Amino acid sequence: MRRVMMALAFASLAFSASAETIEQRAVTCFACHGEHGQSETENTPSLGAQQAPYALIQLFMFREKLRTFEPMNEMAKSFTDDDLQKFSDFLAKLPKPAPPADAGEPARMQRGLALAQQNRCNSCHNADFSGKENVPRIANQREDYLAKTLSEYKDNSRHGYDGTMADVMGSVSKEQIAELAYYIARVR
Amino acid sequence: MKATGTGRFLPMQRFKGFHKGENTMRICSSAPRSLLLAGAFLGILTYGAAAQQPASPPAAAPAAAPALPPGSPLLGRPDNAAAAKLAPVAAPPLAAAPDKLPLAKLKVPAGFNIEVYAAGMANARSLALGDKGTVFVGSRLLDKVYAIVNKDGKRSVKIVASGLYRPNGVAFKDGTLYIAELSKISKIEKVEDNLDNPPKPTVVYDNLPKDEAHGWKFIAIGPDNKLYIPVGQPGNNVLHDADHGQIRRINLDGTGAEVVVLGVRNSVGFDWNPENKQLYFTDNGRDWLSEDVPNDELNRVTKVGEDFGAPYCYQGNIPDPEFGWGHSCSEFTPPVGLMGPHAAALGMRFYTGNMFPKSYKNAIIVARHGSWNRTNKFGGDVVVVHLNKDGTVKNIEPLITGFLEDNKYVGRPVDVMQMKDGSLLVSDDWNGAVYRISYGKQKVATQ
Repeated sequence: MRRVMMALAFASLAFSASAETIEQRAVTCFACHGEHGQSETENTPSLGAQQAPYALIQLFMFREKLRTFEPMNEMAKSFTDDDLQKFSDFLAKLPKPAPPADAGEPARMQRGLALAQQNRCNSCHNADFSGKENVPRIANQREDYLAKTLSEYKDNSRHGYDGTMADVMGSVSKEQIAELAYYIARVR
Repeated sequence: MKATGTGRFLPMQRFKGFHKGENTMRICSSAPRSLLLAGAFLGILTYGAAAQQPASPPAAAPAAAPALPPGSPLLGRPDNAAAAKLAPVAAPPLAAAPDKLPLAKLKVPAGFNIEVYAAGMANARSLALGDKGTVFVGSRLLDKVYAIVNKDGKRSVKIVASGLYRPNGVAFKDGTLYIAELSKISKIEKVEDNLDNPPKPTVVYDNLPKDEAHGWKFIAIGPDNKLYIPVGQPGNNVLHDADHGQIRRINLDGTGAEVVVLGVRNSVGFDWNPENKQLYFTDNGRDWLSEDVPNDELNRVTKVGEDFGAPYCYQGNIPDPEFGWGHSCSEFTPPVGLMGPHAAALGMRFYTGNMFPKSYKNAIIVARHGSWNRTNKFGGDVVVVHLNKDGTVKNIEPLITGFLEDNKYVGRPVDVMQMKDGSLLVSDDWNGAVYRISYGKQKVATQ
């Protein structure tokens, strides 16, 4: 089923002319990022209720190849500025990802919470990790994607729009990344 | 628990490699750790989402939350709601459409005019002027250097370089454009003859740290024909190594690197006094000390190797609460001017033109990008700093205001640059535009 959807999605790219509505065009996004904003694909982020200014920045960076991930660079290649705006506004209106059924081991959750507090993640991402403006919602993001992203910020293989996350992650260890991702993915 | 006063200042790893006295550090660090442990639990209590209070006593808690890691940009940030609201503001990645620019909101003194010189340059930052009138514009969040070309009375924007990493700084000399990326300086020779098809920049100098924090660079070429390169502190407030916290200069071919200024936190603008060739630079004060201090600094360099205090002393009279111990502000050169708390005083140039009123002659025009680390934003304007005969600051007056509206930015000035006719260009990275300020009966720049 997924394969069919993917094929459909890519086929639709070929004629993604302006006549389509944003909802129709977003079918392509859903193929990997999940319907209703919740991703079920490995290492692929949930996009529901993402902060529109953050989403716009990321789509822009994909288009300009300031952030490299080939499928997304390809996808965003022909986006106009208006497309970037429309897609990011659309994503912001999708429902936010739900916390996983697994509430997490209390001890690990505790460690994650302590690390999130130590590193003042709430300073930019808000106390409930919903994000604000150019700072993304991270609450209940996929654990694998969180861990991957934090690692990429740490070794600067993913260039942030500005250097804030590289700066913050400089002093966070690999083990701590795993704990943070575990906690933020499950936070309620 | 009695070490309350010092608890937040003891990230011991910070001193590795700098201090031999690690024993002392270790002893000191035990008290604050338990203190912070308690803090972590307090945090849990007030943390709405995790309202379950752990039944176990603090000692049994897993992984105590120690002080912020050394070098964290959030060191010093108090854990309260007001502080949690403050975070750096990033400019949008898309330039504002010309009809969406905040021109009508920008105010200049009587007799001055402001107009849009060019738009559509996302994240327009530092400015440099070519011999043939081309204006080069760097960017920080994008990968591009733009050129505003003035040809046959028409202005257009071209991209002269892309695929660069945080190319904030631009400088021009004898036909060559110099570009400062995060950790390298490169050049394009005869750039104005090849604006439609410019060659790729070639690297001149790359013996620079690669830190993201304060890694982007303003550059300028001094009256000594050397290229001046700032290397900021690699974080908000960091006891750093000898490669940071300074301004260096190199020969234009990349040789002869020499540190000329020390104790610099993060300078994003400098220029030379046309009367005595002294270097003046703006320097941004640290975050999270308080709402109202420290001020950003305007500094004057009178000799090579002069130290302006960071991270030991800020604004000339505030010993840093963490690193100031064992130092006195009197060890360092104080600023000649205070530019406001968290104001982000960035680009600055001496005004040497004849278009503006006489009082502007040889005054310094400074772009204040505006604060983020303050509840009521400060700055977001362009000011003129009038100097006394001895080079000290006489007073500071507004030149352009209105970038700040209801505590939100509608634009943010980054750099200022005088044109040959004496008018002044101002870049705005929020809108991706450059404005032109003129004085007298409005003569619109050649279209």
